Amino acid sequence: MSRLQVVSGKGGTGKTTVAAALALALATAGKRTLLVEVEGRQGIAQLFETEALPYEERKIAVAPGGGEVHALAIDPELALLDYLQMFYKLGGAGRALKKLGAIDFATTIAPGLRDVLLTGKACEAVRRKDRSGRFVYDYVVMDAPPTGRITRFLNVNDEVAGLAKIGPIHNQAQAVMRVLKSAETAVHLVTLLEEMPVQETVDGIAELRAARLPVGRVIVNMVRPQSLDAADLELVRTVPRASLARSLSAAGLGGARRGGHAERLVEPLLGQAEEYAERYALEQEQRSVLGELGLPLHELPLLAEGMDLAGLYELATELRKQGVS
Amino acid sequence: MSPDPAPAQETARAQEASHALESARPHDGARHLAPARVLDVDPLLDDPKTRIVVCCGSGGVGKTTTAAALGLRAAERGRKVVVLTIDPARRLAQSMGIDSLDNVPRRVKGTEGDGELHAMMLDMKRTFDEVVEAHADPERAAAILANPFYQSLSAGFAGTQEYMAMEKLGQLRARDEWDLIVVDTPPSRSALDFLDAPKRLGSFLDGRLIRLLTAPAKLGGRAGMKFLNVGMSMMTGTLGKLLGGQLLKDVQTFVAAMDTTFGGFRTRADATYKLLQAPGTAFLVVAAPERDALREAAYFVERLAAEKMPLAGLVLNRVHGSGADHLSAERALAAAENLEEPRIVDQADGKAGLRNSPETDGGSDSPEPSSPDPAPAPSVAELPDEQTSVDLVDQVTAGLLRLHAERMQLLSREQRTRDRFTARHPEVAVAEVAALPGDVHDLAGLRDIGNRLADNRRELPEPGE
Repeated sequence: MSRLQVVSGKGGTGKTTVAAALALALATAGKRTLLVEVEGRQGIAQLFETEALPYEERKIAVAPGGGEVHALAIDPELALLDYLQMFYKLGGAGRALKKLGAIDFATTIAPGLRDVLLTGKACEAVRRKDRSGRFVYDYVVMDAPPTGRITRFLNVNDEVAGLAKIGPIHNQAQAVMRVLKSAETAVHLVTLLEEMPVQETVDGIAELRAARLPVGRVIVNMVRPQSLDAADLELVRTVPRASLARSLSAAGLGGARRGGHAERLVEPLLGQAEEYAERYALEQEQRSVLGELGLPLHELPLLAEGMDLAGLYELATELRKQGVS
Repeated sequence: MSPDPAPAQETARAQEASHALESARPHDGARHLAPARVLDVDPLLDDPKTRIVVCCGSGGVGKTTTAAALGLRAAERGRKVVVLTIDPARRLAQSMGIDSLDNVPRRVKGTEGDGELHAMMLDMKRTFDEVVEAHADPERAAAILANPFYQSLSAGFAGTQEYMAMEKLGQLRARDEWDLIVVDTPPSRSALDFLDAPKRLGSFLDGRLIRLLTAPAKLGGRAGMKFLNVGMSMMTGTLGKLLGGQLLKDVQTFVAAMDTTFGGFRTRADATYKLLQAPGTAFLVVAAPERDALREAAYFVERLAAEKMPLAGLVLNRVHGSGADHLSAERALAAAENLEEPRIVDQADGKAGLRNSPETDGGSDSPEPSSPDPAPAPSVAELPDEQTSVDLVDQVTAGLLRLHAERMQLLSREQRTRDRFTARHPEVAVAEVAALPGDVHDLAGLRDIGNRLADNRRELPEPGE
C-alpha cells in the first residue's frame, strides 16, 4: 500500500479530521505513522487536544494496538532554512537571510517554490531510514490543501518549471514529482453527501487524473444516520394521520383527538419526515454520482456529540473496519 | 439595528444586562436558539448609507450563497446592487442565471421590483493586469505582462486573490455606479489572510528586499551599509543558486519595469484598508453552528474589532429547528420504544394491548439513538389484517419519533455551540438562517434564503395555539 497518503477535500468537509483518523488507523501494532500539516492552521493540535505543534516531529498519540502517531506542522520558511543548511551549510548566514526578508521572499514569491518545500519535506519523511535500513515511518499522512488547490499543490514540477529551469530547486522538484506520481503515493478526497462538495470532488479527481497523480479513495464524512429507509418513507406517505395520532397517543404522548397533544405532534413530525425524505433522495443521488467514479468509497458517520479525541479514535476504528489499513 | 457600528456596539454594551435577564427566562419551547441580540438585515440593506457589505468566514459555511442572497434581497428592496463573488460554485452562478461569471458585472435577469442586481466573479489575473495597465505606459505595461516572474506572481502569489478582491472592491466603489456592493471573501487558509494579504503584497512589492535586489549600487556606496551589502550579494548569490539565475534576472527586470507603479501598490492597499473601516461598510461574519466554524467566526470577530472594522453581525447558516420542540429527544425515544416493544411481544405471543400501558411514558433510561433495523415493510394496502396494520402504523410512528429525537439532539448540540460563541461575544448580533434540505438552484432559492435571513425564525411553523 502507498506509504504517502495525501488527504484533501473541500473546505468544511473535515479533511483534517479524516487525515488524523487515517493516521491513527494506519498505526496498527508496531507501526509508526507521521501526520503532516502544511497550512499552518494548527488543526492537528486542536484535534489531539495538545498545544500548538512546533516545526519538529513529535509523538502525539498511541493508536489502539500499540502503533504510534507522530505529527509535524511544516513551516515553509523553516523548511527552506533546513534545506539551505543541508545543501549549503549556511549556519548563521541563514538567520541573516531571514532577517533581510529573503526567506519570506523566497517562500512567498512563487507558490510553486513554497509547495516544493512542503511536499519535499513530506517526501523526505517517506524515504527516511534508520541505521538498520528500516523506514522510520511506515506511513506519512498529509493534511493537504483543499480540493480546489490540490492538483496545483502536488504538481510542483509544472509550477516550478517556468521559474526555475535549472538549479537545486529544479532538481528537488523533479525528485518530489517522482515520489508523488508513483504508486508510493495515494491522494484521497474527503466529501460530504451534498451537491457542491460532491461536484468539487468529481472535478478534483478529473484534474488529478489529468495530471497523472495517483487517486486513492473517496471518503464521505459526516454521514447522517439512516433513520428511515425507502420502505419506511413510503409507509409514512400512505398512513392516515388519524392512525398516527392514535399510535402516538398509545405511546403515551397525549390525546389523539383533534387538538390533543398527540394529534398536534402529527403535523410537525410529518414535516420533519418530508424534509428527511428530500435529503435522503439528494443523498442517494450523490452516492450514485460518487459510485460512478470507480474508486474505493468509504463512509464515516456523523458523530452525535461532535468531534473530540474520543470521536477521532471512533473514526479510526471505523476506517480500520472498512479496510484502509 | 443602527447601520453605524460604533453606536450599535455602545447600545449593545448598554443592553447586555437586560439580555442576560432575557436569556435567563424559562425555556418556553418557542425559541430554542434565542440569541443575545438579533441581527436585522433589512434595515442594514435598506439604509442608503450602507454602501459595502463584506461577507467573511471560513470555508464551507455558505458564505458565497449568503452574499448572493443578500444581494438579491437588497435589489428586490429597491437598491442597485452588485455582488462580487470570488469562486462561486457553478450551481450558484447558474442560480443567478449567469453561466459564466467574469470580471465584468452582468445584470441578473428575473429580479422583482425596481432595483437591479448585477453579479461578477473576480478574475484575479485580469484584475492585476488592469492595475498594471492603468499605471504604466503601454510599452512598459506590455513588458511587465510578459515577464515570467509577473506571471507567476499574478497567478498565484499566496495573497494575490485576497489583494485583488480588495482591489476590485476599491474599483467598484470608486465608480460609484452602485448603491450597494456585496462582496464575498476568498476561501482563505486562515481568517487572517484576507486582511493581511493586501498589506503583505503591498509591502512585499514595495519592500526593502526588492529595492536591494534592484539597486545594489546605490546602497553599497554608503558607509554603514557594508553588512547589508555583504548580505545582499550573498543572498542574491544564494537565491541565484537556489532558483537558477534566470529567475533572479526576471525579478530584477520586473521590478525595474514596475518601478513607477510601486508607490501605487502601497497607496492602493492603504486606501482599500481605509475603505473597509469607513462607516458605509458593514462586515458580516458567516458561520454554521459547528464548533470549528464558530471558533473561526470568533477569531474573525476579534480580528475585525482589533482592526476597527465595522462588524454588523454574525449570520449563522443551516440552523435546525423543530415544530415539535416541546417533545424532548428522551421522551420521543422512550415513546418509540414503547411502540416497538409490544410489537415484538405481539409477534411472539399474540398478546395485544400491552402498549396501552400508561406508565411506560418517560420511565425508561434514555437509550442511544441507534437507528432501527430497516426491515423491508409491505405497504399498508396489502396488509392481511387489522392488527398487522396497527403494528405497521406503530412502526412508522416509532420511526418518526426516532427521527424527531435525532433532530432534537442536533438542535441542542447547535444551541450549545452557539451559546458558547454568544457567551464569548455577547455584543455580536446574530441572524439565524434555517437549514434547507437541499441546495440552491435558482433565484427563488436565493430569495428563500434571503427571507430566512430576514425572518430570523426557524423553517417550521409553531404548533397551533
